[in-house]
This record gives sequence, structure tokens and C-alpha cells, in this order.
Amino acid sequence: MNTASLAGSYLRARPLQTALSLLLLALGAGTIVTLMLVVGQLEGRMGRDARGIDLVIGAKGSPMQLILSGIYHADAPTGNVPLSAVELLSKNRLVKRAIPLALGDGWKGYRIVGAGKEYVEHYGAQLAAGRLHEKSMEAVLGHEVAARTGVGVGGKFAGAHGIGGDGGEHGATPYTVVGVLARSDSVLDRLVLTGIESVWHVHEEHQGPQDEQDRKAMAEDREVTVILVQYASPLAAAMLPRQINAKSELQAASPAYETARLFRMVGAGVEALRAFAAVLILAAGLSVFIALYTALEERRYDLAVMRTLGASPARLFGLLLAEGLVLALLGALLGIALGHLFASALGAWLESQQQYPVTGLVFRIEELWVLAAALGVGLAASLIPAWRAYRTDVSRTLAQG
Amino acid sequence: MIAVRNLEHRYEGSRALSLAQWQAEPGSRWLVLGPSGCGKTTLLHILAGLVRPSGGDVSVFQTDILSLKGKQLDAWRGANVGIVLQALHLIPHLSVRDNLRLAQYLARAPQSDASVDDALAALGVADKAARRPHKLSQGEQQRVAIARAVVNSPKLLLADEPTASLDDASAARAVELLFAAAERRGATLVVATHDSRVKRHFENTLQL
Repeated sequence: MNTASLAGSYLRARPLQTALSLLLLALGAGTIVTLMLVVGQLEGRMGRDARGIDLVIGAKGSPMQLILSGIYHADAPTGNVPLSAVELLSKNRLVKRAIPLALGDGWKGYRIVGAGKEYVEHYGAQLAAGRLHEKSMEAVLGHEVAARTGVGVGGKFAGAHGIGGDGGEHGATPYTVVGVLARSDSVLDRLVLTGIESVWHVHEEHQGPQDEQDRKAMAEDREVTVILVQYASPLAAAMLPRQINAKSELQAASPAYETARLFRMVGAGVEALRAFAAVLILAAGLSVFIALYTALEERRYDLAVMRTLGASPARLFGLLLAEGLVLALLGALLGIALGHLFASALGAWLESQQQYPVTGLVFRIEELWVLAAALGVGLAASLIPAWRAYRTDVSRTLAQG
Repeated sequence: MIAVRNLEHRYEGSRALSLAQWQAEPGSRWLVLGPSGCGKTTLLHILAGLVRPSGGDVSVFQTDILSLKGKQLDAWRGANVGIVLQALHLIPHLSVRDNLRLAQYLARAPQSDASVDDALAALGVADKAARRPHKLSQGEQQRVAIARAVVNSPKLLLADEPTASLDDASAARAVELLFAAAERRGATLVVATHDSRVKRHFENTLQL
């Protein structure tokens, strides 16, 4: 027998109150841990996807939409910009690197992105099989795309216009898979990569028969959807966006600014959930306090007997604190387990929606703060009952019965 | 030896106990007699170090217990005194065995299942070890309470009104059990009661 097992036996002696305290604490801690895991992973993931991209240039529209479609491939593009803009940017001294992307098609819910090798290099992705696309209508699948569709090197598929796969099929011009990327934990995992020319080719085919003149005209009109820009110097941040936005057909959006704005908007909801979780934890503390305090009346003989058996008042104080702390510890551990379970469930759902992957299988160091906070609440809730136990007047209590 | 001199205790202004002189030899068996409210329980509580008297000297086996403070007194009580309370007060949600283990734990005595089983066997309740106290008869509960009081081999065994609600036969058996338990451990036994039925069993009586 020790203080913890003795405390445990008292907790088991009132199972309903113990279960209620545990439930409240576990739900509160679970909510906070879920938020930590999901928000932390999304922020980390979005930060990684936007790393090294200082500016996104595309057609006029909502700057956030431009970022969401250009970097995260999570929204419809704002429109196209002329290919000449890429050449202009490449010559600009303020620009270190400009990566043009051609968007618009999808396959089984995954986006087909027309891009050069530099796009793959930017994220440091490695090939798991095959090679990168070189010729027209060759495609490289991201890790998740290959895993979920089961298509590998040598496979053929037809893209569909639009992203949801609800547009018309480009059945006449199928892609051939020449490579599969290794997992890079970046947006590339969920993309189908091909050359920009392939995207053009598919859409030109789509427009039916054409003669040499049409083809030439089309070549002049060729467009890209977005251009990812890396600055050559800090000076560019002050000058380039203004230069771009001054051109009537172009828009420049800063990923850092727009994602911060996005998180501020989502943040309000997260804060509300967090506050709700804090209320749950405080309610758990109150429940622990009420359980311990009301039990004191029926326990006063037990406490007096413990004194006759040689326990000092400090040990009775410790016993009551231990009950609060054991409850808090169990509740917090249960909550952390619950949080990981929630995150896993949410991750499975997001994965089925081909959205950002979230896993419940990682542990964040901040979870220890949840544990510490729960223990603090347990301690605070048991202080007053513990003080009353400390003050037990043995002789008078025993004289009453 | 227990030696008490000029003992006085006041409770909320009025005199609750007054005892000029009393000595008890080690291993002796004493009956403290007197009507309700004469301070029998108070005397037991003073001997156990649960109450600090208003005045006087109390020495229990060469220990001036009034000079012991706080934790020291609690530790001394755990090591030297066993108490059987009138209402028994077994911890209801602990098994019989755990009630005895609790006594060892709180007295910081080595926790030994052998001595727990030994104490239960000596009082004839070894087969009740896994039961909860409320599943036991009143007589069995009293045996368990005595076992809990002696499991740490105290030098002083105190019992407060152990026969109050018992019939003649049960009262005589309760006294026999206390005698046997005290004798087995070589403990000095002090029983407080207003029940004169048990007087004939004791060679020493202290009338308050």
C-alpha cells in the first residue's frame, strides 16, 4: 500500500463522480491536443510548401485565392497570364528564380500541374521510380497520387478539365506515367506533374482541327497560370510587388502575408475551440473539488482513524492532494490519447477528401503543457479539501461516534 | 511503565479529567471505570498522544509524550500504540487485509502480508481477509479491529468501550480476545468502559 494506491481506492469507491471528473478533463485535454496536432501540422505543412517562394504572380483576382491555387493547389486559379510575363520576370534583376506553372486539369481529384524540373528541385523531391518528364504527354506522379490510384510507371491516364473531375475528359490525349516521386511531405505528394507544353497540347487538341496558321497564333497566345518567384535580394520585397501590380493584367501576392491572414481568420475559430476546452478543464477542476469536498464529511472518521494509526496531518493532506493529482493525471493521459485518436480520425477523413494529410501518430512537446496544466488544476482543486483533512480534530471526531 | 501525575484536562472551560497519580506496569491489564463523561475516552486519547492535556506529566515507556511534537508524536503513536475504537471504524471500501496493510503503511512499519495474515489468524478471521468489513458480522468486525490494532506489535493496546453494545457472552469473549492479543504481543492493555460486567476479569481497575 502507498499513497497513490490508497488514493486510487478512494477514487474507485465513488465511481460516478470519478468518471465524471475524468470525462470532463479528458474531453478538455483531448480538444486542446487535437487542435495542437491539427493546427501544428497544417501550419508546419503550409510553411514547408511556401518555403522559398517570396511572391506568387498570376491573373487579377483575390490574392488569397492566388496563393491557395498557386502554392497549395487547394483553390481554383484566378485565370491565366501571358507567357511573355515569365520572360520579363526572368530578366528582372530583382528576381532570382521564376517558376511558371500551368494549371487547370485534374485526374481523379488530383491536380495536373504543368511545370519544369525546377519545380521538383525547389521542393527537393527525389524520384522513387522512373525518371522526370521530358517529352510532351509524359507525367510524373506524386507519392500519394501513385499510392492511392495504384498507377505506376508505364501507366496511362486521361486528364479531365477542371479539378473535381467533373469537366470533359481529354480522352484523345492520354498521359504516360514515366516516373513516381518519393514522399517529400510537400504539396508535390498530391500532384501530377507534366511539362507545360503538355498542358498546352491537351487544350489545343481540345479545340479541334486546326491549320498551321492557327497553331502559330496559338503559340503566340500561350499562357501560364501562375509564376512562383524567389527574390534575388531583400530589396525586391519593396519594389517587385509594386512593379507587378502596376501592370493591369498581373497581380502579385505574398504567401507570408496571405497565409498569416488566413490563419488569423481560421484562428478565431481555433481560439473559440480552445476557450471551450479551457472551460471544460475548469469544469473538471470544479468537479474534482466538489467530489473531494463533499466526500470529506463521510470520510472524517476514516481520516481520524488514519491519525490513530500513526498518520501525521501532512500525510492526510498529501493523500487528498494525491487523489486530485491521480485524477488529473489519468484525465490528462486519457485526453492526450483521445486527442491523438481525434487527429487520426480527422486525418483519415482529410485523406479521403484528398486534402492536407494530418496524422495522430506524432507527439508534440506542447502536449506536456496540457499534462502540466491538468495537474495544476487537480492540485488547485484538491488544496481546500486537503487543508480540511489536515485540520481534522481526531479526538473530537472520534468522540462523536 | 506508564506513569501519570497531576493530570488535568479542561475542555471548553470545564474540567473534563483530573487524575492525581496513576502507574501501570508493563504487560499489566487495566480497566478504567467511570460513568459517561468522566473523561475515560479523554484519558485514552491522552495516552495515545491524540490530545494534549491542559496540565500534568505523562510518561509512557520512558517517553515523555508531552514533549513530542507533531510528526514525532504521530510516529511514536504509530510505532507504540494500538487503538480499538468503540465504533471500530474499519475503512469501509478497503478489504479486511487492506485495513491491516493500511495500519502498517501509516505506521511506516515494514509491509508484510505474513504478519497481516498472522494477526488475522490469531483472532480467528483469517478466512475473511478478502472481504469488505460490512460483509462481516459485528463480532467479526471487532476481531478485525483488534487485529488492526495489534498488527504493528504495539507496547500499549487501548480499547474504548469494547463491550458497550454486546450481550454477556459476547462481552466476555471480547475481553478474552483483547487479553489474548495483548498477551501475545506482551502489550500493556488499558480498557475504558462504563460496563461493570467485565470488572471481574481485570486485576487492576482505575476508577475515575
